[in-house]
Amino acid sequence: MMQRLAFAVSDGAAIARRNVIKIRRVPEILVSVLISPILIVLLFSYVFGSAIDIPGSSYREFLISGVFAMTLTFGATFTGAGLADDMQKGIIDRFRSLPMSRSAVVFGRTASDVIYNVLSLVIMAATGFLMGWRFHNGPAEAILGFALLLLFGYALSWIMAYIGLIVPSVEVINNASMMVIFPMTFVANTFVPSDNLVTPLRIFAEWNPVSAVTQAARELFGNIPAGTPDPTVWSLANPVLYTLLWVVIIIAVFAPLAVRRYARANRKA
Amino acid sequence: MKRRTMSATAADGQIIEARGLAKRYGEVQALAGLDLTVPQGTVLALLGPNGAGKTTAVSVLTTLLVPDAGTATIAGADVIDAPEDVRRRIGLSGQYAAVDETLTGFENLDMIGRLYHLGRSRSAVRARELLERFSLTEAADRPVNTYSGGMRRRLDLAGALVAEPPVLFLDEPTTGLDPRSRNELWDVIRDLVGRGTTLLLTTQYMEEADQLADDIVVIDHGREIAHGTADQLKAMIGGDRIELVLHPDSDVNVAQRIMARFSVGSVYAEGGNMTVPITGGADTFTAALRALDGAGIRLTDVSLRRPTLDDVFLTLTGHGVDRGTSDRAGAELEDVAA
Ligand SMILES: Nc1ncnc2c1ncn2[C@@H]1O[C@H](COP(=O)(O)OP(=O)(O)O)[C@@H](O)[C@H]1O
Ligand SMILES: [Mg+2]
Repeated sequence: MMQRLAFAVSDGAAIARRNVIKIRRVPEILVSVLISPILIVLLFSYVFGSAIDIPGSSYREFLISGVFAMTLTFGATFTGAGLADDMQKGIIDRFRSLPMSRSAVVFGRTASDVIYNVLSLVIMAATGFLMGWRFHNGPAEAILGFALLLLFGYALSWIMAYIGLIVPSVEVINNASMMVIFPMTFVANTFVPSDNLVTPLRIFAEWNPVSAVTQAARELFGNIPAGTPDPTVWSLANPVLYTLLWVVIIIAVFAPLAVRRYARANRKA
Repeated sequence: MKRRTMSATAADGQIIEARGLAKRYGEVQALAGLDLTVPQGTVLALLGPNGAGKTTAVSVLTTLLVPDAGTATIAGADVIDAPEDVRRRIGLSGQYAAVDETLTGFENLDMIGRLYHLGRSRSAVRARELLERFSLTEAADRPVNTYSGGMRRRLDLAGALVAEPPVLFLDEPTTGLDPRSRNELWDVIRDLVGRGTTLLLTTQYMEEADQLADDIVVIDHGREIAHGTADQLKAMIGGDRIELVLHPDSDVNVAQRIMARFSVGSVYAEGGNMTVPITGGADTFTAALRALDGAGIRLTDVSLRRPTLDDVFLTLTGHGVDRGTSDRAGAELEDVAA
C-alpha cells in the first residue's frame, strides 16, 4: 500500500516533469499565458479605474484581488485543454500499456499547471505594483493571500481536468468553460462591490466562491477600502474559511471523479 | 485488494495463451473466437488484411481492451484480472508511434524508464543505451517532431524495450516504412528475438511473417483461417516462383531443361511463358538468370514472384483480399525483395 502510494507520487512527478518540459519547449503558450494577465490588469485599472469611484480608497487597490481571482479562474481551463490534448495524442497509448499509476496523468497535469498560476500571479502582482498597488498588512499575510489564491486555482483545475476528460476536444473545452466562467467571475465582488446588485444576483454573488477568495485576498492584502462596513453574510464574513471549504469539497469530489474517468478511458469495455 | 493470479511462467511453457477471444463493435465482429498460443522465446505472426482484427487482438492481450468473451494470460498473468502484472511483463509498440512529439527522443525514453520505476539514474542510462542501439544517438536531443517516420518507429520500439520486457507485442511494425527502414527494423527485431524475447507481431505482409516468425496465424474477420510455419503455408500456396517470358528467338526446350535444375516442382510452361517454383529466393533467381544467359537464352520479361497475402487468401478462401477494407495488402513486398 505504501509502495503503491510512493509509485503514484513518483509517476505523477514524472508526468509533471514532462509537462514542464513541454511548457519550456513551446514558449508561445507561456507568452500568451503571461501577456493576458498584464493586459487584464492594465485594461481593468485604466478603463474601469477611471469610471468607478470607490470612496476612501484607490479603485486599483480594490480591483487587483478581483483580477487575480478572475485570471486564476480562467487559467483552470488550461488544465482541461491540456488533458484533452493529451487524450488525443499517441503518447496516451504508451501510458496505457505501462505499469504506471492510473492517477499519474491527472495528478501530474494539475500539479504542473500550478506553474502557470504562479507565473501569472507574479506577473500580475508586478504589474499592479508598478501601478501603485500595495499590500498593507505585512508580508506574512500577503503570502497567505497568494497561497489561498493558488490553492483556489488548484482546486478549480480539478473541475476542468474532469471536464477535459469528458470532452476530449480542446475547442469544446474552451467554449463550454466560458459559459460557466463568465458568470462565476462577473457575478461576484471582483470588479464592483456586490451590495448594489439586484437581489437574486446579490445572493449568488455573496455565496460565489470567487467572491470569497477575492474578499479573502483583499483582507489579507489590506485592500479593503477604509470605512467599508463588515460583511454580514457568513460567506464573506469568513472568507478564508469559506474558500478553504470550497477547495476541500471541490478536490474531494473532482479528483476521484477525474481519476476514475481517466482509468475508464484507459480500459475500453 | 484483489487477489492476483500469477505464476513465474505458465505451467506448460506457453507465454501467451488466449482462448476464444471475442469482441464486437456495433455491427462489426472484430474478434470471433480467436485462440493463440506462443511458446517462450518464439515469434508468432498474426497475418491478415486491414480490418482483420489484428489491433483488436493485440489490444486485448496488452490489457487495453476488455474482450466480450474469452480469456488470455501473459506469462501466467490474466489480462482481465491482473492487468498490472501483465503490464509489468510486456512491451508494446503500436501501429501508430506512441511517442510525445514535443519531447526529445531521450526525454521520451527517460520518462518511460521513470514510469517503469527504474529510478532516475538507471532511466537515463537505459535511455542513452537504447538510443545508441537504435542509431538515434545523433537525434537524441532533438524534439521528436523533427524525426522521420522510420526514426519515430525505432524510438517507439525502443520505448517498448525500456524495461527489457520478456514479452513483446509489435502491431504492424513496418507498415508505411520505406524498404531500407523496414530492413533495419527487421534486423533489430531479429536481434531481440535472438536474445530470447517472446514476440507477437502483426503484419499484412506475407514476406514479413516469413522473415521473422516461427509460426504464422492467418486471420480474417476476427477468425483464424490458417495456421502453420512459413514453409507449411508456402507449401500450401506454392512459395516463390520465377516467371519468365522467352524472347521469340529462344529455344523453349533448352530453357525448360535449364529451369528444371532450379525448380523445386514441375516447371509450368505455355509457349514462351514459364512459371518455375523455387526456394532460395534472390540467390536462386540470380543463378538461374546466369545459367540462361550462359546458354544464350534471351528473355523478354522476367520476375521473381513471392507469395503475397493475396495469394494466401486466394488459396485459403477462394477470393482475394477484400479491397473494400484493405488499402495496403496489395502493395506487397515482391518488388522490394526481388
Ligand atoms: N473502436 C472501434 N469502434 C468501432 N469499430 C472498430 C473499432 N476498432 C476496430 N473496429 C473495427 O473492428 C474491425 C477490426 O479492426 P482492427 O482490429 O483494427 O483490424 P486490423 O488491426 O487487423 O486492421 C474493423 O472492421 C474495424 O473497423
Ligand atoms: Mg491494426
